[in-house]
Amino acid sequence: MKYLEEFQNPDLAVRLLDDIRATVTRPWALMEVCGGQTHSIIRHGIDQLLPEQIELIHGPGCPVCVTPLEVIDKALEIASRPDVVFCSFGDMLRVPGSGRDLFRVRAAGGDVRVVYSPLDALRLAREHPDKEVVFFGIGFETTAPPNAMAVHQAARLGIRNFSMLVSHVRVPPAIEAIMQSPDCRVDAFLAAGHVCSVMGTGEYPELAERFEVPIVVTGFEPLDILEGVRRAVRMLERGEPGVENAYPRAVRPEGNPAARAMLADVFEVTDRAWRGIGTIPGSGWRLAERYREFDAEHRFSVAGIDTREPAECRSGEVLQGLLKPHQCEAFGTTCTPRTPLGATMVSSEGACAAYYLYRRLGGTPATVEATPVG
Amino acid sequence: MCLAVPGKVLEIEERDGTRMATVDFGGVVKEVCLEYLPDLRVGEYTIVHVGFALQRLDEESARQTLALFENLGLLEEEFGDPWQAAAAAGPTGGESGPAQEEARA
Ligand code: SF4
Repeated sequence: MKYLEEFQNPDLAVRLLDDIRATVTRPWALMEVCGGQTHSIIRHGIDQLLPEQIELIHGPGCPVCVTPLEVIDKALEIASRPDVVFCSFGDMLRVPGSGRDLFRVRAAGGDVRVVYSPLDALRLAREHPDKEVVFFGIGFETTAPPNAMAVHQAARLGIRNFSMLVSHVRVPPAIEAIMQSPDCRVDAFLAAGHVCSVMGTGEYPELAERFEVPIVVTGFEPLDILEGVRRAVRMLERGEPGVENAYPRAVRPEGNPAARAMLADVFEVTDRAWRGIGTIPGSGWRLAERYREFDAEHRFSVAGIDTREPAECRSGEVLQGLLKPHQCEAFGTTCTPRTPLGATMVSSEGACAAYYLYRRLGGTPATVEATPVG
Repeated sequence: MCLAVPGKVLEIEERDGTRMATVDFGGVVKEVCLEYLPDLRVGEYTIVHVGFALQRLDEESARQTLALFENLGLLEEEFGDPWQAAAAAGPTGGESGPAQEEARA
């Protein structure tokens, strides 16, 4: 019980764990989709507190980790141009492209800036009319509406020196791809709470029915995750797939209608390659035709990019839940957060980094290196 | 990336035709866009992601989450200086040098 004192309400945690223990009769594999949940699970040792019949499989829900190498290389090339101010969230700084990262581009003289919000990048564009300001628009459904707003505002205010390198991804097609994989071992999903704060829960009943799988909308705090697991196990034991919302304080069934309307206006669904996994049909967003002039890929011709992924990196399997990070031979030896071979070791939401930071130190997160969450 | 932090709305104003608010995250104050929650009022709580209010939150759960994030150092990670954090984590490729000078600059 060494982790329990970190819970806000240890008594409630014990009650939830007791309930799970009393309910479970056989092995189940649950996948948490979101990297923020993976981080929380490993940090608090939740997987080790659960009865051993329950395995938590870490999903592909770290947007930093799944941004394709090709897009990272494009970002690096655009950021290196003398006329460009390149803006990004902090957690993209150290993601390795083929050989370097944004941190090094900046050290070599590139104007790379970290912004807290995409609207900060828009402000920079107004302040520097002589520069091209490019924002790196990545993320899931939670981050897409803020980025969509920046493009919408640029169009509305006529800020033509602003553009966005867009690599947005969507959760439901990823769940579908995971369920269709012949190697799939997932019995139930913990769906990402903040994605559903925006999108609502409407996309999930069809998936739950088609694949006969429980999907539980789950928050990020330790107690939220235990509650998500408890509900999923209860549904599995009863043999009742479906969708439940274990995070009602932040998720309404309809999500955020204004944000969804903006998404529908600014973006259109497209096939998207996920780093280490491959192309998943309909799994991304790109700028809709009428906003194409704000698309950095159109504005800057970044052709002839030759991408190279280190051969020993098995992050693709890690992202699909087929391999646990410590089962990769490079883990902790040639691959560490200081010398990452794959994006899953860079981002604090990546499974490899979470295992490295917390598991190796026996679960005490006291003196770990600082990594940006974003 | 997916972290969303609860905060309390201190002030609301219209800027360039956009509804903006000052929001207090347990002591850190930030500008937040309210376009996706236009009926949010001063004194209410909301979850904020990359400078946008995305859903209302009741005060009790907002306070609890903020206290937890504070304890875990997540507020510092969210609002601290990412260049320093990246430099502290060390340059990629296992060398020191330009990246660390960068962090001091
Ligand atoms: S430990 Fe490193 S090399 Fe292995 S899968 Fe993870 S990121 Fe790739």
